[in-house]
Amino acid sequence: MEASADIAPKVIREEKQYSYLNLGPTHPATHGIFQNVLKMDGEVIVDSTPTIGYIHRAFEKLAEHRPYNQITPITDRMNYCSSPINNLGWHMTVEKLLGVQIPKRVQYLRVIIMELARITDHLVCNAVIGVDTGALTGFVYLFQQRELVYEIYEEICGARLTTNIGRIGGFERDFSPKAWEKINKFLNEFPVVLKEFENLLKRNRIFMDRTIGCGGISAERALNYSFSGVNLRAAGIDYDVRAMNPYSSYEDFDFIIPIGTNGDVYDRFMVRQEEMWQSLSIIKQAIAKLPEGPYHADVPEFYLPPKEDVYHNMEALIYHFKIVMGETDVPKGEVYHCVEGGNGELGFYLISDGGRQPFRLHLRRPCFIFYQAYPEIIKGSMLSDAILTMSSMNVIAGELDA
Amino acid sequence: MEAAAQEKLVSVINEKFEDAIIEARMDKDFFTLIIKKEKIVDIIAHLYHHTATQFQYLTTLFAVHYPDQSQIAMVYQLHNLRTNQRIRLKIFLPADNPTTPTLTTVFSAANWMEREAYDFFGVIFQGHPNLKRILNVEDMLIFPMRKEYPLEDQTREDKNDLMFGR
Repeated sequence: MEASADIAPKVIREEKQYSYLNLGPTHPATHGIFQNVLKMDGEVIVDSTPTIGYIHRAFEKLAEHRPYNQITPITDRMNYCSSPINNLGWHMTVEKLLGVQIPKRVQYLRVIIMELARITDHLVCNAVIGVDTGALTGFVYLFQQRELVYEIYEEICGARLTTNIGRIGGFERDFSPKAWEKINKFLNEFPVVLKEFENLLKRNRIFMDRTIGCGGISAERALNYSFSGVNLRAAGIDYDVRAMNPYSSYEDFDFIIPIGTNGDVYDRFMVRQEEMWQSLSIIKQAIAKLPEGPYHADVPEFYLPPKEDVYHNMEALIYHFKIVMGETDVPKGEVYHCVEGGNGELGFYLISDGGRQPFRLHLRRPCFIFYQAYPEIIKGSMLSDAILTMSSMNVIAGELDA
Repeated sequence: MEAAAQEKLVSVINEKFEDAIIEARMDKDFFTLIIKKEKIVDIIAHLYHHTATQFQYLTTLFAVHYPDQSQIAMVYQLHNLRTNQRIRLKIFLPADNPTTPTLTTVFSAANWMEREAYDFFGVIFQGHPNLKRILNVEDMLIFPMRKEYPLEDQTREDKNDLMFGR
């Protein structure tokens, strides 16, 4: 008995040891290239140090060396889950600088595409939340629907993931009957699937126990960290760029901005879920109210003329040459334009010195801004909660690193 | 932003910081104030706490290099979410020694934004808790977004990649 009493205090006297865990850079659970050096006490995270920049591609520098219409494909590669929003946001920024009046029809068509993109973005994120809580079914099921949206993109612009959709001033062509057919097919099929997916997780006891109270952030901290989009709304602040600073005729549509209360994983899931329903409603409204008219504005310096005109018409030939060679000058000025991207306020700050390329283009990437709160959110939580938190914040590596 | 709101904003700044505003103008739809560089953080903190302004959301913070004037501009965009007013504040720093106090004391969000400005432009933020490179590799010697650095020169010969070509 005495011998064991001697041993026992020795064990207690030993200093507490923390272990360090490298989560990432290429860990399948992080859905992208993120590195977090976690200081762990058993399975509880004491501290974490994120390292970012693994897929930094210097977009801001690249943009200073390209003509305006060639910057569109760069913007694709930011949030590649909803690249049409990035493309159209960039077009609108340039149009704001040029002071172009955009026809109503173009604005409505843009709204349709942007809402489709929002649906795919939220759909991927919510499906992945399901995967990280152990429900792979919803993920596989919803990806079939994402495929339908990608087929719509294909019909409109020819590409699927990095869309390069539209042009400065409008669209390169009107939506084809095939495209409308596909949009209608999606609008008919998707609500059923979304409802099923919702039934799978929304009131699922296991899912709720797993996500409620996990990865929460208070509204004050979220604001101080300049959160935007779903992550801010889940914390209870109804800031949505579509409602606060309407662009592209969003003021014509009725929609609800859902908000949460705790800012935790479950709230983010529910806000995204409700936003998908709202997006569907906006698309339906836009189709119902779609005005007739041209599918592009009159900006000959940026909008490619029809090919027949190029062969038979001097002016069209000159404009064609200038656009293709990137030799169009733009007025001097400074504009900031923001759109509600998949993850929040996606801003383009464009400074033009009157040349052919931007003097400076700053991209406000919502991911970059809210990911810095990640160490604070996961402090004191379990390792598996940290992974769930990351996927529910929808951190997209392309947008984070730009 | 309406003229009344602009006057109000200018008077709020003037009541505590006289002569701090160099220029006030509308830039397209944005009310822009160019401010003397010394007081920028105090002014933002003042606008944050003052009941008439309450600019409590930091939209963007970034740097712009003007090689002709040999200056680096810091641009701060603030947003009042209650009244939906947005303003832009600008300061100009000398490009050879761009130093300004950190905004992390007011906004936590400024942390990485300032690190980005440091990483690409070399702006030193005094009092920043962790001012090191964020997107570029840590042993990089230059501040690549400055205008004197071109995109990679395609005629370079010191890199020889036979497998993939250049």
